Amino acid sequence: MHVTARTEKPADARFVHVHGASLHYGEDGEGFLALKDMSLDIGRGEFAAVVGPSGCGKSTLMKLISGLTPRSAGEVEVNGADVTRPLKIVGMAFQNPALLPWRTVLENVLLPIQVVRPHRSDYRVNKAPFIERARALLAKVGLAGVEERYSWQLSGGMQQRVSLCRALIHEPEILLLDEPFGALDAFTREELWGVLQDLWCERGFTVLLVTHDLPEAVFLADRVHVISNRPGRVIYTTDIDLPRPRTQEVCFTPRFVEYVHELRSHISQARQAI
Amino acid sequence: MSRKRTLRRALYTLSPWLATIGFFVIWEVGCRVLNVPPFILPTPSAAVAALIQYSDGIWLNASHTMITTLAGFALAVAFGIALGVVVGASPLLYRALNPLLIGFNSIPKVAMVPILVLWFGIGTVPAILTAFLVAFFPITVNVATGIATMEPELRDVLRSLGASKADILLRVGLPRSMPYFFASLKIAITLAFVGAVISETVASNVGIGYLMMSASATFRVPLVFAALLVIAAMGIVMYAVAAYFERHFTGWATRSETG
Repeated sequence: MHVTARTEKPADARFVHVHGASLHYGEDGEGFLALKDMSLDIGRGEFAAVVGPSGCGKSTLMKLISGLTPRSAGEVEVNGADVTRPLKIVGMAFQNPALLPWRTVLENVLLPIQVVRPHRSDYRVNKAPFIERARALLAKVGLAGVEERYSWQLSGGMQQRVSLCRALIHEPEILLLDEPFGALDAFTREELWGVLQDLWCERGFTVLLVTHDLPEAVFLADRVHVISNRPGRVIYTTDIDLPRPRTQEVCFTPRFVEYVHELRSHISQARQAI
Repeated sequence: MSRKRTLRRALYTLSPWLATIGFFVIWEVGCRVLNVPPFILPTPSAAVAALIQYSDGIWLNASHTMITTLAGFALAVAFGIALGVVVGASPLLYRALNPLLIGFNSIPKVAMVPILVLWFGIGTVPAILTAFLVAFFPITVNVATGIATMEPELRDVLRSLGASKADILLRVGLPRSMPYFFASLKIAITLAFVGAVISETVASNVGIGYLMMSASATFRVPLVFAALLVIAAMGIVMYAVAAYFERHFTGWATRSETG
């Protein structure tokens, strides 16, 4: 089981290291500043959550860390290396599951294997172990038996599970989640919190969860960062000191509610300060 | 109640046939009642009679037109996909080529037939090229649209996996543009037909278009209409073939089931 108290090397505490980073979209003069002087560290194996008012640049932060969008200034490092192009050790999932409708569930999960080196050449030679891995992963998130169905035949919650599996099949070191449960109903969402927590406890990857659902952030994360209105920067950080594995019961404890209240008050301040 | 429902379903199934037959009945009756002279508008029965009488010549010319159309259509598919992929995958080229493509598509292709004749002489080649020129545009536009409208999330997922542009095109761009492509085939095949026939009427000595021209020059109007019927029938058949391929290859795009 994962333990919150850490005894790692300093490098591991800054597995993801963002310091003074800013990002400007568009040309000089026009466009806008999405992030300004953003600083944030995520330890190896940590579950970090980022919350903030909508349009504050939460998703931009994700793109910055994954290397999909180059920063305008500042430092972005992952595992001690400067991020200058898309990292290959990340898995991503979004609010829109973005599955491929012409592929079955199993084929959707295998997509990263067909793209990521060196898996893609191994897969071409011998598919069986990868298919086995995909099936096991699908079974773990409760999707055994639907491997051969098409994604559009599944409910929204099931599609999001497939999307999670696709993000994890190549065993990435970092999982980036952009409001992955935002479009789901409350019950399905809470169920998937459990699924995600189980996967994380078992595999120990590093997570950055972008969300505007405060209970979600408190339930899942080791540490929650509040981001200000645009241009976004971290204005408040808190460690969530609740024992794991967390169950639905924890949501009704005074500690949990206190965390949510605390975060909400900081968000309100962020929203007013424009 | 249930008999009413069966009746309604039967009506639904048979409606295309009923509409077509009704069209010809009105035409036939209208011509007879109003006493329209056959050199203005012959009755459909006269057209069918001409069809039977000249069936050898019609068959020869129609099959020639068919081959011409298919050749132009094949060129249009190959070129249309290639251009569509290039334009769809590169926003720069999309922007750069857009005015040229729209401008080119606005030119009536009839106006180009004399130029093609100037270059290639009278006959089959201008007809094939005209069919090609009319038909490639919808294919290009649709393939480009299919590729260019890829979900940004999907692009991010693939790029973060280290996918090259070719990977993204192959794994996602092309498959997702297939429904657009097959939808455009139905339009392109009928357009190719129009192009081939137009070119034949202007500059050829074989083909169903040429047959119509020579028949109308000698006032054999029922034969002209017989040729028109044949063209319409061939168009329907080719449309049906294209529609079959569409259903067969991209059934996933018409998602009937939901979870």
